[in-house]
Amino acid sequence: MAADTAITAHGIGKRYRLGALPGGLLSESIGRLLRPGRKAGDEPRGGEFWALRDVSFEIPAGQVVGLVGRNGAGKSTLLKIISRITPPTEGRAAVRGRVGTLLEVGTGFHPELTGRENVFLNGAVLGMKKREIARKYDEIVEFAGVQRFLETPVKRYSSGMYVRLAFAVAAHLEPEVLLVDEVLAVGDAEFQRRCLGKMRDVASQGRTVLFVSHNLGAISRLCERALLFERGGLAADGVPSHVIAGYMSSAGAGGATGDATVPDDAPRLGTAEGRLRRVAMASPDGEALASLHLDERFTITAEFEVHRDIPDAVFEVGLSTFAGDRILTSNSVDREHPPVRVGAGRREVTVELDAPMLPGEFAVDVGLHRSDGTTVDYVQGAMRFTALNAAREGADHYPWNAVRGYVRPRGSWSDVRPADTTPRVGDRAGG
Amino acid sequence: MARPADSASAAPPVTTTEILPARGWRLPALSELWRHADLVYFLAKRDVTVRYKQTAVGALWAVLQPLLLAGIFSAFLGQLTDVPSGKTPYALFALAGMTMWLFLAGAIGRCSESTLASSELISKVYFPRIVVPLAAAAAPTVDFAASFVVLVIVLVVSGHAPGPEVLLAPAVFVLALVIALGIGLWLSALVVRYRDVSLGVPFMIMVLLFVTPILYPLSLVPDGYREVYALNPLVGVLETFRWTVLPDASAPGTVLLISAATAVVLFITGLLYFARAEQRFADVI
Repeated sequence: MAADTAITAHGIGKRYRLGALPGGLLSESIGRLLRPGRKAGDEPRGGEFWALRDVSFEIPAGQVVGLVGRNGAGKSTLLKIISRITPPTEGRAAVRGRVGTLLEVGTGFHPELTGRENVFLNGAVLGMKKREIARKYDEIVEFAGVQRFLETPVKRYSSGMYVRLAFAVAAHLEPEVLLVDEVLAVGDAEFQRRCLGKMRDVASQGRTVLFVSHNLGAISRLCERALLFERGGLAADGVPSHVIAGYMSSAGAGGATGDATVPDDAPRLGTAEGRLRRVAMASPDGEALASLHLDERFTITAEFEVHRDIPDAVFEVGLSTFAGDRILTSNSVDREHPPVRVGAGRREVTVELDAPMLPGEFAVDVGLHRSDGTTVDYVQGAMRFTALNAAREGADHYPWNAVRGYVRPRGSWSDVRPADTTPRVGDRAGG
Repeated sequence: MARPADSASAAPPVTTTEILPARGWRLPALSELWRHADLVYFLAKRDVTVRYKQTAVGALWAVLQPLLLAGIFSAFLGQLTDVPSGKTPYALFALAGMTMWLFLAGAIGRCSESTLASSELISKVYFPRIVVPLAAAAAPTVDFAASFVVLVIVLVVSGHAPGPEVLLAPAVFVLALVIALGIGLWLSALVVRYRDVSLGVPFMIMVLLFVTPILYPLSLVPDGYREVYALNPLVGVLETFRWTVLPDASAPGTVLLISAATAVVLFITGLLYFARAEQRFADVI
């Protein structure tokens, strides 16, 4: 392994047995041993399943790599193998330097222990030495902002304080290789912002980061490379914008055109007190649309299954590029519209967007949030649609070969005047 | 991106870790364990802290338990059925036995259940898994230290002050620890794979109480059977422990050697089995 390589993987595979997992009951194992001609554990009861198969890659030191794919595609299994939580079934890998794993925030926290005690315990769990934790202690406490509660058992902490303290410990781990699973799924907006900020710091210090997220925007902002996993295999490897675009356009990402049922295993963030079930596009008259014509107005309807009464719901609909960049966002809350109460059950909400889209492919992101910024459910790319380079009546079309930008808002352009009288508005009339 | 030269030279040498499929039988990685010594310490500290944090009598509980149990046993066994205890009063005989037994029962029980109790840690973070049963022995050790002090005080006050043999008590404790860990390593690894083992542990501990000379002396076991009886490693520990603290107890003979040999075999096989089984803990826990 070359000195400038942080991680290599050759033909990594991981097999799980389905049904009753290996072992089970002692009596059964003894039974297997007693039956002649068979080795214990040889029988796959209920079949087997490869969570990961034949995955090879090489990651140079200092690279920040995002792992994307649907739930169950093998991303988390790969992190568990590289962090040595579980061995591969076949293949081999090598990692250079100390590995820090953050699969979950606050692993090992004990509710009866004080904040101070938990910092040391959690630090040790994450692989830090006592000396190291003591050296960074003040920094950790300050980052978490819990100075006044250090001698309080963490069971009395608010969930926000708890998560902040837990993240602060993890953020001060200084491994050469950092493996991070979907930790952004918890916590409020402020916490998520901090999280991303810290990840950016870690990346800028030249550490190698492997980062699993369903937040495709974060992946394309933070990472220089992305790996796409599909059904246990490595489906794409390259520049994040390309990999994410491939992911969004593949059937694997869900998001059918115009009208999409959102499966349970779609990449979701949030508390899951409610779940997005369906997203559909239609004209303002209610006619279903599979694609948009130039300048056509449209509505997006989102159907949720709400499990628990939400007193202060805020809906979000956003349009993104397939690379995960958000183009525009509409929220159900503004100066005149307070958060709304949403009772349990099947609920749908419709927004009419006055957004004349330029020709291109777009993804619809839908979110249900609370007024404090907590996300109940958020699905990026829940539905896709194409904006066509043709008007409904056929006459108008977008005349330029290269489409620049995504939205063509109605502008009101002035007449052309001599330049010395007014500030210049534009070079060219039209639009 | 290159790191500044000063931090690079101050950092420990960068090592490469090979990740390979599970290997079956293998030696326990002791250097790896050594690197995680601080984790053993903090897990042990957690157990001890949590144990005493919310109890009204706190650490007093550790010393009350052997005293109360010895009192009950001496009332029933000593007075009513007149179990022989040599020249030592039965109450003191039972107190010495209980002090060691409560450590053994506590350590075996806690080590055995330690892996399942730490399933969250095991499935989310890597560390040598042996850290978990090792740390689990800490709380019973602290209890033992406290109750041992009380035992010595009771012996001195009642006029049966221990002789110089008491200096060997720590060595006997080490043997007891080896036994508890040996059994604990086997059971904590088996429990992950076979959940029904955890149902058997309390029963096994109860059986051990009766097949070990805790409430009765070894002399009740007929000659010729004692060597077989001593295959239970707890026998040698109990006999030797009583010899170190009770002035009138007789020195252990071959039973100590037999029990010590069994203990070492249990411990080494336990280490090996654990090292084999731990590789798959995260998959099945």
